[in-house]
Amino acid sequence: MLSKILDRFGLGIALALEAIIFAVLSPYFFTTDNLLNVSLQISITAIIAVGMTFVILTAGIDLSVGSLVAVVGVVSTILLKADFPFVLSLLLSLVAGIALGTFSGSVAGAFITRFNISPFIVTLALMTIWRGAAFVVTEGRPVWDLPEAFSLLGGGRTLGVPNPTIIMAVVFVLAHVVLNRTRFGRYVYAIGGNAEAARLAGINTRRVVTQVYMISGSLSALSGILLASRMNSGQPNSGLMYELDVIAAVVVGGTSLFGGRGSVAGTFLGSMLIGVLRNGLNLLNVGSYVQQVVVGVVILLAVLLDQWRKK
Amino acid sequence: MLDPPRTMSLILEMQQMTKRYPGVLALDRVDFSLSAGEVHALAGENGAGKSTLMKILAGAIQKDGGEILLDGQRTKIDSPHSSLKNGIGMIYQDFKLVPELTVAENISLGNEPAHRGFIDFPQMQNTARSILEQLGENIDPSVTVKTLSVAQRQIVEIAKALSRKVRILALDEPTASLTEQEIQNLFGVIRKLKSDGVGIIYISHRLDELFEIADLITVLRDGTVVGTSSLHETNKAKLIQAMVGRSLEEEYPKIQLQRQNELLSVEDLNTPKLKDVSMTLYRGEILGLAGLVGAGRTELARAIFGADRVHSGTMWLLQKAFTPRSPKDAIAAGIGLLTEDRNLQGLILQMTLSENISLASLQRLTQGLFIDRTKEKAAAGEFMRKLQIKAPSAETVVDTLSGGNRQKVILGRWLMTKSKVLIFDEPTVGIDVGVKYEIYNLINQLAKDGVGIMVISSDLPELLGICDRIAVLCDGRMTGTLSRKEATQEKILRLATEFS
Ligand SMILES: Nc1ncnc2c1ncn2[C@@H]1O[C@H](COP(=O)(O)OP(=O)(O)OP(=O)(O)O)[C@@H](O)[C@H]1O
Ligand SMILES: [Mg+2]
Repeated sequence: MLSKILDRFGLGIALALEAIIFAVLSPYFFTTDNLLNVSLQISITAIIAVGMTFVILTAGIDLSVGSLVAVVGVVSTILLKADFPFVLSLLLSLVAGIALGTFSGSVAGAFITRFNISPFIVTLALMTIWRGAAFVVTEGRPVWDLPEAFSLLGGGRTLGVPNPTIIMAVVFVLAHVVLNRTRFGRYVYAIGGNAEAARLAGINTRRVVTQVYMISGSLSALSGILLASRMNSGQPNSGLMYELDVIAAVVVGGTSLFGGRGSVAGTFLGSMLIGVLRNGLNLLNVGSYVQQVVVGVVILLAVLLDQWRKK
Repeated sequence: MLDPPRTMSLILEMQQMTKRYPGVLALDRVDFSLSAGEVHALAGENGAGKSTLMKILAGAIQKDGGEILLDGQRTKIDSPHSSLKNGIGMIYQDFKLVPELTVAENISLGNEPAHRGFIDFPQMQNTARSILEQLGENIDPSVTVKTLSVAQRQIVEIAKALSRKVRILALDEPTASLTEQEIQNLFGVIRKLKSDGVGIIYISHRLDELFEIADLITVLRDGTVVGTSSLHETNKAKLIQAMVGRSLEEEYPKIQLQRQNELLSVEDLNTPKLKDVSMTLYRGEILGLAGLVGAGRTELARAIFGADRVHSGTMWLLQKAFTPRSPKDAIAAGIGLLTEDRNLQGLILQMTLSENISLASLQRLTQGLFIDRTKEKAAAGEFMRKLQIKAPSAETVVDTLSGGNRQKVILGRWLMTKSKVLIFDEPTVGIDVGVKYEIYNLINQLAKDGVGIMVISSDLPELLGICDRIAVLCDGRMTGTLSRKEATQEKILRLATEFS
């Protein structure tokens, strides 16, 4: 009985425990303001983590996400400054940014499925390429002086809720529906479980895998745009090490690096667990060096809990 | 059945063995014993608990209750390591080979010959070669296991167990994918071990085999012992009765059908393995494909299914040219292939039973954007009943199913596709007698509905029993086709060895 409860809600319980501890230690923790703040803080990486969940479910990995955030951020902000009416240049920068991310994913997918190169290598290469490109196009300088209105996208609120939080919620719900209710979602799990068996069951495994990297690329691009908007600038060094934060959230959320097992609901809890921890430690004025150590320990504990529940 | 007197000394006693899984009592106070130099068979329906009992002995899983005595001494076996240390060897039903390692490396895995801490590779090769020779096989010890066929992997698995000095050897369905010749080689080895005083536990669903090799038989049903008897004192009918709880009048039900129009034809097909193969399949026909291991039966099936590249040749499906470039194309055109290797090429182990069954039919089960899960579950449930799949529910993860029940899940997947042509590569591997009969009936029914069926099987009596025609391959070439009336074991074997 106990194991059944842990099995279903293990991560949720861990999250609740964490929240209770911080609520006791800091009166400010359980205020609406602070909780919305947490959701805003995790939104950028959590959106990327959704794409990463798709990738990891197919037993792949995408290391290019952090660099994509940067390159899409600078490219979109440069386009935003083009000499068009604001709405037009906004549209152009959004479309081009997302298209760049999707394109990067399709390149990764092509190399992985056509030439049988491991996802790790392909996306590692893309990671360096895009990081380099971000510095090349900006000559290493941030893109400043953006139209005021642009910052509303990532910095504004709708009905009191931060816009990135709303976008994150939409992305999670959509992804959950796609994974659980559509054929595409089923195929993602099947390929991660046993790619050859999936192919022999008539699944176009190359196409599905490629689409998965395109999803990851486009969601990274979306995050890149949101981040640029929040900072109201395009920074070539933004998104550094995001790939690690994102992978941590996915794995803590119970998705297996070997593929075939996991969910975006888990990824949400994983992102929250880490986000709440960071927030709580901030409220308690724990220094950032110590924070890193604590976050690492909690990641280990969470994964341990996950192993233990599988027994 | 009564307990026969045992004159020889008992080397193994398993008393009151109990094993519980969520939702099933896999073993319920099972007693089992073994003497030196004895072959003791274990039989029973799929999911009866045979493999579970052996896995406990091998230390692969832990028992929930009971005692294990070796030579009368209570012994704790809590890991594969301690089982090996006690001289127990195990050949698992679902192989435990490392695909990326070579044959020789697999055979000596965990037991590598070493010299001053360095692996002695020449010695390793020699050991492997000599054991494979004993088994009458010429498999190259230096190739990686992933390049081998299922039958060859089975041989390697057997060689691995034989490479260690064992007092007790358990074989869990070692012959499921082997042909007659290889089975005889294996039996030769078993007889030799037996005369050396090794105690052997032998699990198989091929009952004829048990009468040939075993001294004693214990029948399990639903995790309990039905009885133990000497093979001399029983017969096939009694065994079936004990296993499935009812009697079967005939082993191979067969209905005579009028042959209909041409469905699939293959002309001069060439692949790396096949040479100028031509054949025709008619609607409502059951065509058998016979041949020795490595004759190219699986390759022919995979070529028709678009799973492998084809060098040259033409195929016609209902008079229209047919060139599948992927399994997806073939399935869309109405062709299904049940692969011989259920674990590597068939099942998605971490998915549920119903997800596995529906995997090739999702197109039909999709409403707009979404999978109609109610319809999916209902359809999967139907096959679960028809094939008598033993599992707590359609939501059970297939990882936890017994070997035979896994096979039934794959079978269900292809029965669900409503294909025009169904190719079954070893469909009844590891399936118990009672359900085999049901499967033959299902195949008959499909033929009656106008489906063209090709069956590949290493079990010749099965082919003779259910097929309308039997095509024989030898060394990648088609050496002849026999009608049901003409076909005999001898004629098939002659065609199957025409070039050797
Ligand atoms: N890991 C597991 N988790 C849950 N149930 C299991 C697990 N392994 C086996 N079982 C269940 O235990 C029962 C006995 O399985 P076992 O593999 O011993 O059957 P078997 O007699 O070897 O059958 P077969 O002839 O099909 O190989 C089955 O009902 C099976 O579903
Ligand atoms: Mg078994």
